[in-house]
Amino acid sequence: MTPLEIVAMVLLTVGGVFCVIGAVGLVRMPDFYTRMHAASVIETLGAGLVLVGLMLLAGFTLASAKLVILGALIFFASPTATHALAKAAHESGLEPATGGEREKGPE
Amino acid sequence: MRKVSAAVSLFVFWILLSGYFTPFLLTAGAVSAILVVAFARRLELVDPEGHPVDFSGSALVYWPWLFKEIAKSAWDVSKIIVDPKLPISPVLVRVRSTQASAVGRVTYANSITLTPGTVTILAGRGEFLVHALTAEGAASLAEGDMDRRVTRFEGAR
Amino acid sequence: MIYAPVIVALLATLALGLARAFLGPTLFDRALAVNAIGTVAMLLLAVLEFLTGRPEYTDLALVYGLLNIVGTIAVLKFFRVGDLGKEGTLEEGDTR
Repeated sequence: MTPLEIVAMVLLTVGGVFCVIGAVGLVRMPDFYTRMHAASVIETLGAGLVLVGLMLLAGFTLASAKLVILGALIFFASPTATHALAKAAHESGLEPATGGEREKGPE
Repeated sequence: MRKVSAAVSLFVFWILLSGYFTPFLLTAGAVSAILVVAFARRLELVDPEGHPVDFSGSALVYWPWLFKEIAKSAWDVSKIIVDPKLPISPVLVRVRSTQASAVGRVTYANSITLTPGTVTILAGRGEFLVHALTAEGAASLAEGDMDRRVTRFEGAR
Repeated sequence: MIYAPVIVALLATLALGLARAFLGPTLFDRALAVNAIGTVAMLLLAVLEFLTGRPEYTDLALVYGLLNIVGTIAVLKFFRVGDLGKEGTLEEGDTR
């Protein structure tokens, strides 16, 4: 393997590990709102590292450009979907487990 | 100007997706890009919100900082997840947003959501309801560093 | 060889996500799990492109990603309003 391939493999593996960590959090976390935070680990660091690793392998090509578009899609769309989920859950009356009422105003 | 830049970005998008450089397909791409912009103009979609090209300069300053923040807080959340004790202290906080435009507020709300550990639940004018995984995350958000940076990002066009 | 660890990791992520989707307990948990599964499926498709050397897979990943967000929002709206054609939460006279 060339050095570039080793770097790419490390990035891919670390990205995959972060995906697994996010998914473990998705299973472990106690309520819906905390699970959202676990899922966003998958969508940011996990997806980001895997895409960067693939871009290293692709080099400066059209495939790389498509991976950039894929990354931009995740970058712009995933917070929107997460926010839509959070808002829908909040409006349906799902209460977050906050360990006592700790809703604070702006400092 | 905005129409030209929208058409050019659509055409570049076409080339990237197709990957063929024959004269017929390039012409078809150009015609499609121009037609889409013409239709979007009739639908009044080519405005500062639909094609916010004015922000590209300040995005180059803001996005690297945002990526750094995302990586940092993703690392923190990962450590919490693999910790056997699961040391979470979820809180709901209201944070102030000082952005003037809709694009600025959306950028701030999306930035909060993209950073693992904080999610915007309600995005109102001037105030967001945010769910944070830990009290520390909520406190660092309430300091308002991100808010100031987004306001600068929005103002620097 | 390069791809073996990442593919194993992504498949494990898919399995754990499916577990959350089955466990629920609320609709939103399932929708969240399906959304995460969609993101992982996009990544898996992107990796498959390099594994098989067929460039079509990134296009599939792009379409999958677009469908993922539209699907999430459609599910949310369907369970809120019960009908995809209705106007949802808009107030009377609020036509825009």
